[in-house]
Amino acid sequence: MTEANGGGAQEKSAESIIQIRGLNKWFGPQLHVLRDIDLDVKVGEKIVICGPSGSGKSTLIRCINRLEHHQKGSIIVDGTELTEDLKSIDEVRRDVGMVFQHFNLFPHLTILDNLILAPVWVKKEPKAKATETAMHYLERVKIPEQAHKYPGQLSGGQQQRVAIARALCMNPKIMLFDEPTSALDPEMISEVLDVMAELAREGMTMLVVTHEMGFASQVADCVIFMDEGSIVECSEPGKVEEFFKHPTNERTQKFFGQILHHI
Amino acid sequence: MDGISHRHPALHWLHVNLFSSPTNTILTLLAALLLWQLVPPALNWAVFEATFSGTDSDACKYVDEHGEKVDAPGACWTFVKIRWPQFLFGLWYTRNFDQAWRPVLAFVLALGIIAALALPMFSHKQRYQIAAGALVVYPFVAYALLNGAWLGLPEAKTADWGGLTLTLVLASLGIIAAFPLGVCLALARRSRMPVVKGYAVLWIEMFRGMPLITLLFIASVMLPYFFPIGTEIDKVVRAIIAITIFQSAYTAEAIRGGLSAVPRGQYEAAEALGFGFWKSTILITLPQALKISIPAIMNSFIQLFKDTSLVLIIGLLELLNIIQVAARSSQWKGYEAEGYIFAAATFFFFCYSMSLYSRGLERRLDTSLAARRAQQD
Repeated sequence: MTEANGGGAQEKSAESIIQIRGLNKWFGPQLHVLRDIDLDVKVGEKIVICGPSGSGKSTLIRCINRLEHHQKGSIIVDGTELTEDLKSIDEVRRDVGMVFQHFNLFPHLTILDNLILAPVWVKKEPKAKATETAMHYLERVKIPEQAHKYPGQLSGGQQQRVAIARALCMNPKIMLFDEPTSALDPEMISEVLDVMAELAREGMTMLVVTHEMGFASQVADCVIFMDEGSIVECSEPGKVEEFFKHPTNERTQKFFGQILHHI
Repeated sequence: MDGISHRHPALHWLHVNLFSSPTNTILTLLAALLLWQLVPPALNWAVFEATFSGTDSDACKYVDEHGEKVDAPGACWTFVKIRWPQFLFGLWYTRNFDQAWRPVLAFVLALGIIAALALPMFSHKQRYQIAAGALVVYPFVAYALLNGAWLGLPEAKTADWGGLTLTLVLASLGIIAAFPLGVCLALARRSRMPVVKGYAVLWIEMFRGMPLITLLFIASVMLPYFFPIGTEIDKVVRAIIAITIFQSAYTAEAIRGGLSAVPRGQYEAAEALGFGFWKSTILITLPQALKISIPAIMNSFIQLFKDTSLVLIIGLLELLNIIQVAARSSQWKGYEAEGYIFAAATFFFFCYSMSLYSRGLERRLDTSLAARRAQQD
């Protein structure tokens, strides 16, 4: 169950792994990019966030692992409130994995080294154990044979799958996906979405910024539409398909009209 | 055009590369004329009419019909042939030539370390270990060899060092000391902490805005004021301090350029995985930044290598200066050109070697090139 824009959210906070209240963010003194966002995410819930560019959807999920910091409101992730305190940021980041639009693999390291770097240096795991975990996840994203290549030698789809495996190696409770297929050639999109769908089936809590509506209707528990920094509308639980067909808000209608038209 | 290109591959090459258009043809002919004017006289002077034999400047002179001694028309390489120990090792080692194996051994050891770092048989980790070990141990070994006192050999004080040996000591120590300092300054200049950033900006802009020669003056005239009266600071040490400070500013800017060129996504990915500033810098962003800045760093190192000649003004006789001194002696007056050519060739040899080394390094670190190779396999 997801609550947006307030309304009966308080009593559900106990089961929420992410709890966002009255979140506001400005870029500089003028640009108001997030306005009064309230959002609760339960364990195992999959949320797809869509909206026109500049609507603040990426900024919202980047606030959840503090790649952006907010000016007003509160974000509580798995019981830890995000503040200026570096310790709280570290704690949250340990629980939250992130996948970027441009993969952001480390180009000077092999695939395997990309995967074990954080477990070894941040979580202080022994190298052998980290390597074992890394190979396990590489097999799950179906590219164990690429372990000793460099990111530059892989296709975009393969790189993004490695990026997902890299995030999973930290054993996160929540995965954030920031337009994971927007930089991919069309023929590579499905291989990445398949991996994400499998992850969803296994019960991972996921927040996905994407315009892949097929993926959303297949996987999402809830679809959120954002525009001009606020959550305009979100789907009724379990009724994603209907939400696409009959959104109530005018801006949502216009947006879905435009993107669904092209599919 | 087709008629020509069918005839012979060589003719075809000439046509395409040298005579493809009227402008190109004119430029080719002008270049040929220029070469014709310059090369034969240069070869005549440097080789065909040059003197290579003899033991003093009389070998390069002949007696003309009026009975006067006149300079031979060609180059007098006898000068270089007789004086090369001075040029390479300085005056002390020339007087004690049986000790010249010491700088040679120090040089060979340095080459050995560089070669070991370039060899493919060592892993990254082993290379770091070799480099770290060499950085700690080698300076002491080199000092022990050059000075000699620790080894019970005749002592050559730093003031006695000279020629190419001194050039290499100054340049390599300047480079090695300036590099970590430059990394710290580059990171400090990008810091969000105003005091740290302020000091870095002040340091970099101040020393980059001064000619090295000024810094050398300051080091030789002012440094003694900072130490207790009567403390004698070694001239070579003063020069190295000045060179290091000067070079650190340039290295810092080269590395800062590299750090800015690392995509923002790399910093974000590191943050998202939970890396703190130092781990993220050392493991992820700095290695990429250094790779990007290799050409710029090497550029400033080559510049530094040549700038070491400026230590003349605090009375040190490195390669160029010792040649000048020798060419001013009564015996070899008038043979500066030969000495300068020797200096130019030596400087070129070292600078070009550095350039080749850096290009090799870039190639080895280029993971996208590795991609192309792997695809060909």
